[in-house]
Amino acid sequence: MPEKKTKKKPAEKTVETPNKQLSPEEIVTYFKDKFTTKIKSAEIKKRATGSKKKEFVNIWMKIDKSIFKNFIEHLCNLTYPHLAVCSGNDLGNQIELVYSFSIYYGKHLQEISLNVGVEVPKSKPEIETICDWIPGALITEREKQEMLGIKIIGIPDSRRLFLPDDFPKNVYPWRKDEQTKKEIEKLYKNLHEGAKKK
Amino acid sequence: MSQITKTTYQLPIGPIHPALKEPVMFKFEIDGEKIIAVDVELGHVHRAIEWTGMRRNPIQIIYLAERICGICSFVHPMAYCRAVENACNIQVPERADYLRVVHGELERIASHLLWAGVAAHEIGFDTVLFLTWEMREKVLDLIEYLTGNRVTKAILMIGGVRRDIKPENIPKIKETLEYFKENYKKLSHVFLDDKTFKMRSQGCGILTYEDALRLCAVGPTTRASGVKKDVRVDQPYAAYSDLDVDYMTPDKRTGEINGDVYDRIIVRLLEVKQSIELIERAVDQMPTGDIMSEPKIPKLLNYIKKTAGEGIGRDEAPRGEVIHYIKFDGVNEQPFTWKVRASTYANILPWIPMLKGQQIADISIVAASTDPCMSCTNRVTIIDKNKKYMLDKEQLHKLSVEKTRRLMR
Repeated sequence: MPEKKTKKKPAEKTVETPNKQLSPEEIVTYFKDKFTTKIKSAEIKKRATGSKKKEFVNIWMKIDKSIFKNFIEHLCNLTYPHLAVCSGNDLGNQIELVYSFSIYYGKHLQEISLNVGVEVPKSKPEIETICDWIPGALITEREKQEMLGIKIIGIPDSRRLFLPDDFPKNVYPWRKDEQTKKEIEKLYKNLHEGAKKK
Repeated sequence: MSQITKTTYQLPIGPIHPALKEPVMFKFEIDGEKIIAVDVELGHVHRAIEWTGMRRNPIQIIYLAERICGICSFVHPMAYCRAVENACNIQVPERADYLRVVHGELERIASHLLWAGVAAHEIGFDTVLFLTWEMREKVLDLIEYLTGNRVTKAILMIGGVRRDIKPENIPKIKETLEYFKENYKKLSHVFLDDKTFKMRSQGCGILTYEDALRLCAVGPTTRASGVKKDVRVDQPYAAYSDLDVDYMTPDKRTGEINGDVYDRIIVRLLEVKQSIELIERAVDQMPTGDIMSEPKIPKLLNYIKKTAGEGIGRDEAPRGEVIHYIKFDGVNEQPFTWKVRASTYANILPWIPMLKGQQIADISIVAASTDPCMSCTNRVTIIDKNKKYMLDKEQLHKLSVEKTRRLMR
């Protein structure tokens, strides 16, 4: 029980507004100073729209798995982010998770989209939960568990979300390896033949 | 022993009803009339759209994305097209940006009016349902006039839109907007000044500012709790950066923020008015020029095939932020990854604090207040000790109507 309480506390603290708003470049240097080489890459993409050609900003970062939880903690202390979604790429030996945050919302044209990519090895696909910092991450974390077979350590609710209960275990539809392809094919291969027989 | 000490019982609602647009299963823990705990189960209509999309080419996906939701049939392909444009660095012509605003806002009006009708029906005001849906017909007529279809419009293309608004179309747009301005007063009077509406919606289904932030709520649901969050303002896309959009929060009308169902009604109605003005301004300020960056589809497809990159497209749908993530590997025509996050996905968790402490008769209006496409509930099985009896959707609706009548006395 006392463990749970300590976990909840930091999440409550973070709902405070920050004193100073950083520019996209400052955000990148802030994290690079903190984590040095553990930030594998950082890119700022600006694009303009409309006739007045006002720009919006996307930051793409790739970070090491070892600092992931620490990174989220720093981000939450900087400003409380909105987690839009966590997407996943099957890269072969690695699975990349892309957390799309948006920060500094609430002011015209000030918002920055921050996309953080983390790679986890397919042989041991594990990552820590961020639900203690951002409780709204639960739905997307549960989805990653069932669709990509990522084990989320410390997830408050590990049930399936979208997949039905009779869907085979250890088959993860968004993985791209040969074995998954075969397993998925089994599920729909004879669907039409079965319908014809009837 | 356990039968005597147990004071609560379980109440499952859902998952399927012909009127449900998005089947969802609720499991309530009930103490008398009061809800103690809520659990939500999803996935009854998971159609593996993303999986299918990863086996289609980028143009085919536009039409697949259009079929994710019947009401948001513009915003989903829009978010998808913007994700591809960001990933492959495709510039959209200025005129197309303005046309996207017009179509997006028409969809918002249609969606909010549909929701207002459903909300009125849920608390037993079927005359208001017909009033709002009569207005909605006018938007659908205009959408059909401009795009050729009422719902699945197939208006978008990567790098622009497929149909232009010609000068001869403008009088019809203005005429419809005039009709809305006239009827908007009546609509806001019915919804916001009516005593019974207030009694049913004020103080009901409250979502606090902190909960809205922490649970990552989006759209009118989060704005009604006072969180200033609207992609159209925060990170304007298309021509919204030129058009001076503002956050619609309930304090604009009442001066205070409660985060209840009433506040969500206010936000949506204010947004209808905002959309009318936005369309008017967009039509007036629209620059001339091309509407597509690359009209030759095979050339466009070939360009996308050769480009490697990833991108996101974030849009403000009527229900809140929609985000699409796309990744191309530069070899295959099909995207490497396509992830769709619809707005209701983010508004599932906020239901839990909203529904806790409410009465059974309030379930339908509170659940409907996030506009989740699932306001109708199928059947309810009440397991009370050893007795088991069923409540169907009609009876649940009747309970809600009876509560309204009770309050009116």
